[in-house]
Amino acid sequence: MIPVEFEYVKVTTIDQAIAALKSGGEDAKIISGGQSLLPVLRLRMAEPSVLVDCGGIDEMLGVRDDGGSITIGAATTHHGVMNNPLVQKHALLLAQATATVADPAIRHRGTTGGALAHADPAGDVPAAALALNASFVIAGPSGRRTVDAKDFFLDYFTTAVGPDEILVSFSIPKCDWGSHYSKFSRTAQAWAIVGVAAVVNVKGGVIKEARIGLTNMAPTAVRASTVEAALVGASSAADITAAAMHAADGTRATSDLHAKADYREHLARVITARAVRAAAGI
Amino acid sequence: MAHITVTVDGTSYNGEVEPRKLLVHWLREDIGRVGTVVGCDTSNCGACTVLLNGRSVKSCSVLAVQADGCEVTTIQGLSDGNEWHPVQTAFKECHGLQCGYCTPGMVMAAVDLLSENPTPSEREIREGLEGNLCRCTGYHNIVKSVSYAADLMSAGPTKGAK
Ligand SMILES: Cc1cc2nc3c(=O)[nH]c(=O)nc-3n(C[C@H](O)[C@H](O)[C@H](O)COP(=O)(O)OP(=O)(O)OC[C@H]3O[C@@H](n4cnc5c(N)ncnc54)[C@H](O)[C@@H]3O)c2cc1C
Ligand code: FES
Ligand code: FES
Repeated sequence: MIPVEFEYVKVTTIDQAIAALKSGGEDAKIISGGQSLLPVLRLRMAEPSVLVDCGGIDEMLGVRDDGGSITIGAATTHHGVMNNPLVQKHALLLAQATATVADPAIRHRGTTGGALAHADPAGDVPAAALALNASFVIAGPSGRRTVDAKDFFLDYFTTAVGPDEILVSFSIPKCDWGSHYSKFSRTAQAWAIVGVAAVVNVKGGVIKEARIGLTNMAPTAVRASTVEAALVGASSAADITAAAMHAADGTRATSDLHAKADYREHLARVITARAVRAAAGI
Repeated sequence: MAHITVTVDGTSYNGEVEPRKLLVHWLREDIGRVGTVVGCDTSNCGACTVLLNGRSVKSCSVLAVQADGCEVTTIQGLSDGNEWHPVQTAFKECHGLQCGYCTPGMVMAAVDLLSENPTPSEREIREGLEGNLCRCTGYHNIVKSVSYAADLMSAGPTKGAK
């Protein structure tokens, strides 16, 4: 179908974007890669008055080294992020999760910041951002603020980014732990039924610390904190499998046409064990 | 209305478009490049795949205004008019199509894949074409075609008469 009529504004600075959102009123929306928004517009499930295109804002493009962390412009494409040498070296988990998003053509347009701002509970990037302790720079009419990953994802498709604000970038503390993103889906190009993002610090064959993010086990991506605690000291496949039995603890999986909640809980336990073993090399 | 200038298959076009116009509709309706087709309403099928500044995109999921200042290559721009592009030759030789509806997008996705990875394994071909659906072939001959195209391209210019 053809989307409803809207106005289109291409901006080159964050200030222009914020001004355009303000003058557009409550139905103004940011468009980044458009890979979630345009399908929605074509089905006429949204009727924005103005689309503010942030794809031309230099500050939102590319990846930079900030010493202890790397910073990724929110409008950097999935393809740009997963192939970036800094991401591959210092935040491999993000590259691994991004590589499972949709298909190559969508990854050429869709942006990692767009996926984070969109916050689809089945999206692959939020779980990786949680496990990597990302922090988010949000700009709005009253200036800029930084929000930690644990406070960023609020509810279904809802983040700390307000309607008059824009996600500028996100930063990830450099992480050289073993990592793996394991996504369970039935067909090519499909969304995750369940996904698990794991980073694990292994010394002398023993897990010292682990951080695990779960995809599609709640209205937002969530950390599997019980598993993280149970993994400390694990040194065998059996230890990891036992710790992973807690993967569904405290989650709020839903039932839909792809899977029932109890099946998702089962998958979370199995996939967590697989992801942690792959990340730890145990 | 917005004014756009887009180079399509080597020719520069400009015109007024409604911001809501999808790139694929602009290509087909405004400038008559009807080789690129629409197969779905959900950004899944890939029939509409073109190259935008050299990379594959689904032209149903890009606004025409977003292509302003860019270069687009459609299936109609692959051949120089005398010889097929090696990917086109390979699809013909290996019977990589039946009804042909997915073919314009499938070929463009394959061209993109081979530009990034000139010697893909079977698995890499299947994953590289993940965003393109075919209801007819069962994919086997498409995979063979792309693999054969990779051989043709590494062997140098082809003699595929059009
Ligand atoms: C067929 C298909 C399959 C897909 N499969 C997957 C999958 O398996 N896994 C997965 O994770 N994703 C998948 N996606 C979604 C894809 O990852 C999108 O690219 C991504 O979710 C959105 O990024 P975008 O840049 O395209 O955002 P847009 O579509 O431009 O925007 C999405 C939303 O986020 C808002 N937004 C975007 N950027 C900002 C910003 N900087 N600041 C504030 N708000 C912003 C927009 O206003 C809009 O509401 C799929 C999409 C399609 C079409
Ligand atoms: S028409 Fe199906 S993906 Fe574009
Ligand atoms: S040949 Fe018919 S859809 Fe692919």
